Order: sequence, then C-alpha cells, then structure tokens
Amino acid sequence: MVSIITAPIDYLAFLVRCLSGSPDPRRTWPRFLAQLWSHGVGALPVIVITSAFIGLTTAVQTSYQLMGVVPKYFVGMGVGRLVLIELAPVLTGFIVAGRSASAMAAELGAMRVSEQIDALEVMGVDPYRYLCLPRILASSIGLPVLVVVTEVVAVFTALVISSAMLRIPAQVFTYGVTHFFMLRDFTGGIVKAGLFGLLIGSSGCYFGFNVQGGAAGVGRATTQAVVLSAVLILSVDFVIALIFFNT
Amino acid sequence: MIQLEEVSKRFKRQVVLDRVSLDVLEGATTVILGPSGVGKTVLLKIMAGLIKPDQGRVFYDGRRIGFGRFADNRQMTGGLGYVFQGGALLDSLTVAENVGLVLEETTRLGRDEVQRRTAEALTRVGMAEHADLYPRALSGGMTRLVAIARALVADPRYLFFDEPTTGLDPAVSGRICTMIRGLRDQGKRAQVVVTHDLAAACLLADHTYMLRGAKLVRADNARKEDYEPAGA
Repeated sequence: MVSIITAPIDYLAFLVRCLSGSPDPRRTWPRFLAQLWSHGVGALPVIVITSAFIGLTTAVQTSYQLMGVVPKYFVGMGVGRLVLIELAPVLTGFIVAGRSASAMAAELGAMRVSEQIDALEVMGVDPYRYLCLPRILASSIGLPVLVVVTEVVAVFTALVISSAMLRIPAQVFTYGVTHFFMLRDFTGGIVKAGLFGLLIGSSGCYFGFNVQGGAAGVGRATTQAVVLSAVLILSVDFVIALIFFNT
Repeated sequence: MIQLEEVSKRFKRQVVLDRVSLDVLEGATTVILGPSGVGKTVLLKIMAGLIKPDQGRVFYDGRRIGFGRFADNRQMTGGLGYVFQGGALLDSLTVAENVGLVLEETTRLGRDEVQRRTAEALTRVGMAEHADLYPRALSGGMTRLVAIARALVADPRYLFFDEPTTGLDPAVSGRICTMIRGLRDQGKRAQVVVTHDLAAACLLADHTYMLRGAKLVRADNARKEDYEPAGA
C-alpha cells in the first residue's frame, strides 16, 4: 500500500523503471509515433483555439495596463515575453494534462483492471517499455512542439487584435515583440515544456498503472493524474523561473 | 519444477494463504480446487510472480523469483504461458496480433516466421478464421481459446490456467479440457489449473490440491461437498 509519505518515492521509482533499461528503438519507435499522433497531433485543434484566445486576452489586458503609461510598442513586448516565458508553456501544459494525462491513466487503468498488464508481464513483455515509455516520450517531445504552436498563434492573434481594435499599428507591435526578444525566454519556455511533458506522461502512466478497485479505481486514477500534473507543472514552473529568469 | 515454500498472503485482516507449500512437477497437471473467492487466483499469481507474498518464497528449477517493480524473472520462468480467467487479451490488437505479440516482443524471429507460428497456434485452437477480429467481437469461449493460443505460441515450459472452463457452455468447456489434457500428454510441460469446477478437475488432474481455510491440502479424491458449503 502506497502512503502519502512513500508515494513520491514510489512515483520516482516508477519513472526510473520506465526510463531505464534498453529502450529497444526498433520496437518502441512505432508505438512512440502512434502516441505522438494521439497526444500531439490530436491535441492541435484545441491548442490552436485556446492559444488564439490567450493571444487576444493578453493583448487586451496588456494594453489596458500599459497604454498611456509607456510607448505602444511595450504592448508587443509584454505580450511576446509573457507568452513565451509563461503563458504558452503553462496553459498548454494544463490543456495537455487535462487531455492526455487523464487519457493515459484511464487507458492503462482499464488495462490493469482487465489483467492485460499482468498478461504482458507473464509473457515476458516489459509493460513499462511497451506501454509507458512511448507515452512518456511522446508527451515529453510533443508538448514543446505544441508550445511553439501556441506561441505563434497567440502572438499572431495578439497582433491582429492590437492593430484592429487597440489602435496599435502592426509595425509598432511587431517592433515590440522582436526588439525585446531574448533567446533565453524562448529556450526557457521550451525546457519547461519538455519537463511538463515528462511529468504529464509519467503521472498519467503512474496512476493508470497502479489502479486498484475496478471502474471506481480508474475514475480515481484519472482525477489524480490530472491533479498531480497540474500541481507538478506549477511547482516545476517556479523552479525553472528561479533557474532561468532569476535576476 | 516450481516450488512454493511457506507462502502467506493477507489482504487487510483476511488471511488468504497461510504458509502454503507446493511442488509443481513437470509432465503433469496440478489442479488447485476451491470455491470462488478463496484465493486460488492469488496463489496462481504469486506463483507467476505477479503478486508479492507477505512471506515465503517461490522457486523455478531451484532459482528464487523476485517480486515488484524491478524484478525480472524472464530468465527463470522462461516465457510462462498464462490463461487468465477473462482472457486478458489486449483490446487494441487483433486476435492474430495478440497471439503473435510475445514472439514479436521477446524473440528475434522474422515477420514471416511470427505469422506462421501465430497461424499455427490459432489453427490448433480452431480460431484461425477469426485472426483479424478484435477481442470485443469475440464471445467468452472464443476469447478463452485465443488466450490459450497466446499462451501456447511461444511453447512455454509452464502453463497456468485460471478457471479455464468457468462460464462456458459444456461444448467449449469440454473442448478446452481435451486441449489441456492433450498439452499435458505432449511433453515435459508443467501445467497448473485453478478451478472450482470439480468435473473439470477430475478430468484434468494428475495431482489435486484443495485450498480451504487459507491452507492447501492434498485432495486426490475430492468431492463437491468437501469444498462447497451445504446447499450451495
């Protein structure tokens, strides 16, 4: 029985078990691609829609706070850096956590309940490599790509609304975005996204893998996977902020 | 040979297995009888390394198996064949993919050879024409037959059956019993069957044990009333 004290150790042991050992690329690659399709490409529509609104809202609120106080190009700067450093990685992480961590937990949980994972183990097929590794890799690699999509769409929609409704010319907004662009903002956001993806994939797999108690247990696991992902995203976000952006 | 040495297991306050010892011999079918819920499946899963006992040890050919996340018993169990009560077929794979999975994942056989052996195993259980179906399209009996094909395809030394005839019509049940007997006669394979079906047990068993009150006792002449409460 895993208690609240031993749970973090058990989670880390699970992660180590998933990532250790021979990855066997010939066998893992096709399953990785299938998971990347499901949790990466499959998430694109919702990511595009939400990031459009992220851009629109950020532009309006940045303009509200800065207009009349500083030059107009500061709106472009504010939107750009806010999206790159914080909003794109964290909000995309939350969306993917809600979508993928829950799906992974439910899928693996159902497999655990119906003894499919036991069947893999007795056959000598490593279920950590067969089931968990492709999912964890797919979310770790897919999330940074989704974050880049979020950044592009959010900044573009912010540009559109700024020039159309907020009386900020497109050239001025673009100047603000590009002139104050720092590579560290971008790389920091991508590093965050990779870590968030690792946490999302591993928490989804962890709770799914350890389901007990039938359908109710599967339901509990999906909730726990999303909650843990969200908590870990915000915790790691703080640590990365200290490492990358602490002046 | 599989040896269980003083194996105990409890779930919360309920003692399921109390210092159970058992030798499973090769070339024979060992049947473990007992009413539903008594702990037969737990015993089988401990034997397979799937559930960690609270106490006791399990040996395959004198080598102790491990339990838990980092245990790797593949060398010792040598590709165990296990027929789960519900089949436990992977629902994202077709019948053929389910059967061929163990060969794909644990051997270096070419695709053609995997397909040939898969077809052979499915033919053996009479399921060759259903190779492209998904498990959700199969009946309970068909699922059990595919599970047997999956357990056999890698030609394991040990075969475990968890309630192989439960919930099946007499025809399929009889077919499965005949199949299990036939497998026993073919070689030096050690087979373990857990069941509450006394008729199947009598048909299959070389050695019969009964799980009763968390203890395992020899029961070569078991009667229904020995393990089922009166009126059941």
